[in-house]
Amino acid sequence: MSSEKIIPHSEAAAKFNKDVERVNWHDETLWFVREKRDRSAHQIPDWELIRETASKIKNNVLSNIHDYLVQFEENALKNGVIVHWAADGKEHNEIVHSILEKHKVTQMVKSKSMLTEECHLNDYLAEKGIEVIDSDLGEYIVQLRKEPPSHIVLPAIHLKKEDVSETFHEHLGTEKGNFNPQYLTESARHSLRNTFLTRKAALTGVNFAIAETGEFVVCTNEGNADMGAHLADVHIASMGFEKLIPQRKHLGVFLRLLARSATGQPITTFSSHFKKPRDGKEIHIVIVDNGRSTQLGRPEFRNSLKCIRCGACMNTCPVYRRSGGHSYHNAVAGPIGSILAPNLDMSKNADLPFASTLCGSCTNVCPVKIDIHDQLYKWRQVLVKEGHTPTAKTAAMKTMATVLANPTVFNIAGKSGRFVMKNIPSLVNNKMNKWYDQREMPAVPEESFREWYKKNSRASKAKDNEQ
Amino acid sequence: MSSKAAILNKIKQNKPEFVSELPDLSVLGSDQFDVLEKYKTTLKSIGGDFVEVSGIEEVKAYIKNNYALEKRIITTIPELSEIASLDWENDDPHSLQDVELTIIKGHFGVAENSAIWVTDEILGQRAAPFIAQYLSIIVDKNTIIPTMHQAYEKIGNQDYGFGTFIAGPSKTADIEQSLVLGAHGARGLVVFLVD
Repeated sequence: MSSEKIIPHSEAAAKFNKDVERVNWHDETLWFVREKRDRSAHQIPDWELIRETASKIKNNVLSNIHDYLVQFEENALKNGVIVHWAADGKEHNEIVHSILEKHKVTQMVKSKSMLTEECHLNDYLAEKGIEVIDSDLGEYIVQLRKEPPSHIVLPAIHLKKEDVSETFHEHLGTEKGNFNPQYLTESARHSLRNTFLTRKAALTGVNFAIAETGEFVVCTNEGNADMGAHLADVHIASMGFEKLIPQRKHLGVFLRLLARSATGQPITTFSSHFKKPRDGKEIHIVIVDNGRSTQLGRPEFRNSLKCIRCGACMNTCPVYRRSGGHSYHNAVAGPIGSILAPNLDMSKNADLPFASTLCGSCTNVCPVKIDIHDQLYKWRQVLVKEGHTPTAKTAAMKTMATVLANPTVFNIAGKSGRFVMKNIPSLVNNKMNKWYDQREMPAVPEESFREWYKKNSRASKAKDNEQ
Repeated sequence: MSSKAAILNKIKQNKPEFVSELPDLSVLGSDQFDVLEKYKTTLKSIGGDFVEVSGIEEVKAYIKNNYALEKRIITTIPELSEIASLDWENDDPHSLQDVELTIIKGHFGVAENSAIWVTDEILGQRAAPFIAQYLSIIVDKNTIIPTMHQAYEKIGNQDYGFGTFIAGPSKTADIEQSLVLGAHGARGLVVFLVD
């Protein structure tokens, strides 16, 4: 994904929308998940108070993150865990590689970690001759298909069971044409069980890291993080530094919110707290910055670091649901991805904050109350100011600014616009007009409001009466 | 400068000027419901099952009637030695790959999500509840608490190497959102609720 030419979101979305039936299905499937989230949240009388509390805890983390990181490392070291620090994705990958090299490991099993997607770890390790198998079922499916995940919680949500069946037939030798999810899952279970039993190293993500105790928590439904970690000699846990929370008791707040917001479950099947390695085994934690400290320094955007990666903003987003995760060309898609991505690379991701209707639904469901749609709006302004928007759009906006700033020009423009649309519509209803591209032009009014007002205002009527 | 120093420096420079205080958690977790009933309905709703028993003899009887005893059954509970083996705790965890059923005790249950808290001291081996085809956990009914807030009050500063909340059997819905029990871990979970 890193080296390929990036297709802008609107273009990728247009392609995704060609298959109407499939887009409708994608839309409905994600909305179904959003509805499950609602039902689950409404069962908790204190839901809004819990969201507010989570938001406050994360605000506290942002203002004390330096001290919490120092405290976390100190406690993790006391627990016998080895701690590494990586300034960027490259250093993260090098650290992981050096650990594997030291243990002479050439095959590793990995549970879900969006951070390793962000760092492109699999590609890096493949170049070094190390094979990585993703063990989350959704991630396993997309890995076999050589695709990135399209959703942070539901990596294969863009695929239908027929697609999965085809992929498994090709790679695992399952029956052709057997689309039964039970059968397909069972086949993956067998294949991956063998992987778990034979790998000496396992990498997992981190959902929460606790400064007070030096432990970290990994949440899964499948049990794949645990199967990997408890059978391996070396467990590597990769975390962005914003995963920190101050104290163990704060988990009570976040574990109540996470799964309910994500899939509507009351909690994930497993919420595993890793504190010390097993006797004679190793746990490594890699703490990654990769642009996070820069984002921390942007007051309008630092709130995005509160994210707990539940995916609720994606499930509810009308644009995400109808454009698919891959159209965002970033490890994290959807509304939250669109406010994180420009921080990583402004010019590459300049299109993403525009992939929104600014309806605010994302903000309303966010369990840690990130002002997502406000940030999308603010990013647009930053991107235009820094010259990252397409020339046509910039030129159009500049012209618009001149027209709106000058009443005489505004008047003439309005009149000529109405004349053209009425008499020579083909002049505006064509491909050169980017606005017409996805919209119908409005019906032409007989007169402008200004003209109407001149005739009908009290002052002009009084004048008429005098005459 | 090391990456650690560089990261910490930049964070120090860039963090918000104002300090947000930590919120009060004591106001949370006052949800009103019948704790045992809530526990049972939640467990059923996430694919788990429960059996109410008066003691360990009833656990034994249930297992004898419902599981294939000729397959490998392991436990950490000495009273179950008649139906399950106890001598596996120091083995290589890979050797547990043929386990049909693991039976362990849980510290306590949480009603709102039916999760059970277990740690190293009662697991025997960390892999034991995950690698088995089926899992059974024995929980004292009287230890069930309403929400996760009470759970962490109870855990307090308990020391452990590893601990996990287990809520129902391993599952996935990664293929078209169709729920399938038994992704990588146990295919089924039976909780024995003891008086």
